[in-house]
Order: sequence, then structure tokens, then C-alpha cells
Amino acid sequence: MSIFERVVKVLVDAKDCDEAAVKMESTWAELELDSLDTVELVMNLEDEFGVQLEMNESLKTVGDVVAAIEALL
Amino acid sequence: MSFSIIGTGSKSPSQIKTNDDLAQVMDTSDEWIQSKTGIRERRILGEETITDLVVESSLLALEDAGVQAKELDLIICATVTSDYITPSMACIVQRRIGANCPAFDISAACAGFLYAWDIADGYFIRKPDSKILVVGAEAVSKLVDWNDRSTAVIFGDGAGAVVLGRGEGLKAVKLNTRGDETALYAKYKKGNCPFRDNGVDETGQPGGHATFLHMEGQRVFQFAVSSMCRDLKNIVKQAGLELDNVDYVLPHQANQRIIDYAISRLPLAPEKYLGNIAYRGNTSAAAIPILLDEFAKQGQFKKGDILAFSSFGAGLTSAAAILEWDK
Repeated sequence: MSIFERVVKVLVDAKDCDEAAVKMESTWAELELDSLDTVELVMNLEDEFGVQLEMNESLKTVGDVVAAIEALL
Repeated sequence: MSFSIIGTGSKSPSQIKTNDDLAQVMDTSDEWIQSKTGIRERRILGEETITDLVVESSLLALEDAGVQAKELDLIICATVTSDYITPSMACIVQRRIGANCPAFDISAACAGFLYAWDIADGYFIRKPDSKILVVGAEAVSKLVDWNDRSTAVIFGDGAGAVVLGRGEGLKAVKLNTRGDETALYAKYKKGNCPFRDNGVDETGQPGGHATFLHMEGQRVFQFAVSSMCRDLKNIVKQAGLELDNVDYVLPHQANQRIIDYAISRLPLAPEKYLGNIAYRGNTSAAAIPILLDEFAKQGQFKKGDILAFSSFGAGLTSAAAILEWDK
């Protein structure tokens, strides 16, 4: 599974996102995640990938998160 | 050596404010507040003071315990919103309930009530026959900025108290601190000392002013959920138990979403988590003693039940405890 596919799985499992709706360019608002949801997402991604992530202004889309994880692995 | 809870008491403020009431005075809605926090209404002080609520809670806890105020060996109040900077809330309560023991406050924000249990535990080691009154009380409505809808909607006021006596109820208590004065804070005013620049407040008065409560929601949420999951797992182990042995979890009533996250992460049935945030809001240090008193008075607990407590807040502080109900 690619990093993107694993991120999608976390979004679907943890935040009930619609799998088909999750694209690389999807923003948190488009996925109906609020600021606390994004914190949960980061914690779930840290568990999934075994990395330390910090949710900040530079992570605006699913693609941003995928790139950040790629850089850490 | 440890202690047992021999009496509980709590007292609600006089005003009930629903989400619709808040929507009258700020840009918010019932739907928004409920979906973001799980809160439907909260209790707010009217003309009475937080000290009044503490006195009434304490008298109820003493009555429940069958203990006279004069028999108390110590009074500890956990609060950051006392009516006075000095004397402490505990000193005023000591006088008003007619006790004559030492009394002091502790400042550990939402986790303060469990911090006070750890202090009390030390006193019981020195004198196992002690009777100690522990109070958690907050008037957060005095501290929040009612122009800041992100914090004002979350909090409520209240007071709860327990009387601790000789026993082996407390099985484990553990405190954690991760010093951070930027995630969740309120600052004292600087005063008017003429030998430095104290700034001016927005009305032009010298000395600056105490700030309202400031909260970095995301950072506090992350601290809260990770603390709660970690602390509950660790405290059960420290008590020599398994998570399966826990009959009820009494978590700090900060935000329903924090509790929901813990439910999703810990192998404990959702019905084991007791809560009242929907009609109490977040009452900081008062949340756990109020929750405990409400469910104790409803007869929820039977002898031998294992209760797990978890709290977290400004500091950043967190704490957890395991207590066998033996009242």
C-alpha cells in the first residue's frame, strides 16, 4: 500500500471520511475535519507510520501530510 | 497506608444557561456547541460566590461522612478562581464551616482535585486517623473572556467536596507535569510599582490587568487525549490491576470529544465512562468531585467497585488515580 493509501485508510477508519472523496488535494475543510479532528488525525498517523508529526499551517491538504510523512520515513 | 472516601458533597450555582442563552450574547449556536463539545447547558454563578458553594458542598460532604467540622485535620482546596488572591479559599472555608485545622489551596488547574488527593495521601502516611476535607471548586465564568466564543461556551462554575478518612480505598495516584505557560493560561496583573514599566490596560489605567483565560485548543486537545490514554493505562498497572478490573472511569469533563477519543483508543466499554458535561460544562477542578458526588448519591457505586480517575489541564498538568469504593 502506498503512503497515500495508508493515509486514506486512517481517514476512513478514524474520521469516517468517504474513501472516494479523499484526494491528494483535499483540504481538511473539504473532508469536514475541524481543528480538533486534525489533531486526532495526526495522532493516528503517528501510530500508523511510527513518526512524529506536528500539525501546523504548512499541512493544508492530504498531499501535504503524505509529503511530510515521506520526508520522515 | 492510604485513605477512603467517607463523604461527598457538591453544590450547583443558581443560574442555568443553555446554548441558546449563549447564542443571545455571542455569535454561536446550539448545534455548533453541541457538535464541538457535547455541552447543552452549564451552571453559572449568579449573586452567590464560589466560596458560598464551597461552604455548602463541604457541609454536605461532612454531613454525609458523619464528621463534625471540628474533627477535621486538614482542608485542601483545589482552585484557580478563588474570590481572594489572599487569604486562600481554604482559610475562608475553615472559618465559615467552624473548623480549626490547617487549611490551604493548591493551584493545579483542572487536575487540582487529584493533585490534592496525592497531598492528602502523604498526610495519611504520617497520621492514619486523619479526617481531611478536599475540595475542587471553580468559577471559570470569572476567568473566561465572554467575547471569546471558543472558550466561553466550554466552561461552567461549580464546587464539589469529599471527606477522606482512614481506610485502604486509594490504590494508586500519579501526577504528571509538563510545564508550558503558552498553551493554556491566565496572567496576574502587574501592579503599580513605580520602579518599572507595568504598561497600561485598555482603559488607560496603569498597572496592566489580569488577562482572561487563553487556550490553544489544538495543543491542549492533543495533551489531553494523549495524557488520558497514557495515564489510565499506567495507573491501572501501578495499582496492580488490569483495565478489565475497572468498573467505572470518571474522567475530567473537559470536552466530550476528548472522552470519545479515549473510548476509541482504550479497551474499555463506553458505558463504563461516567459523564455530566452535557449539563455541567467544564468546571475545571470541580468537575471530578461533582461527577463523583452525583453518581455516588444516585447509588451508582457498590462496595468493591474499582473507580479510575483521570484529569488534565493548565500547567500543563495531568493526574490519574484508582480508588476502590468502600463507603
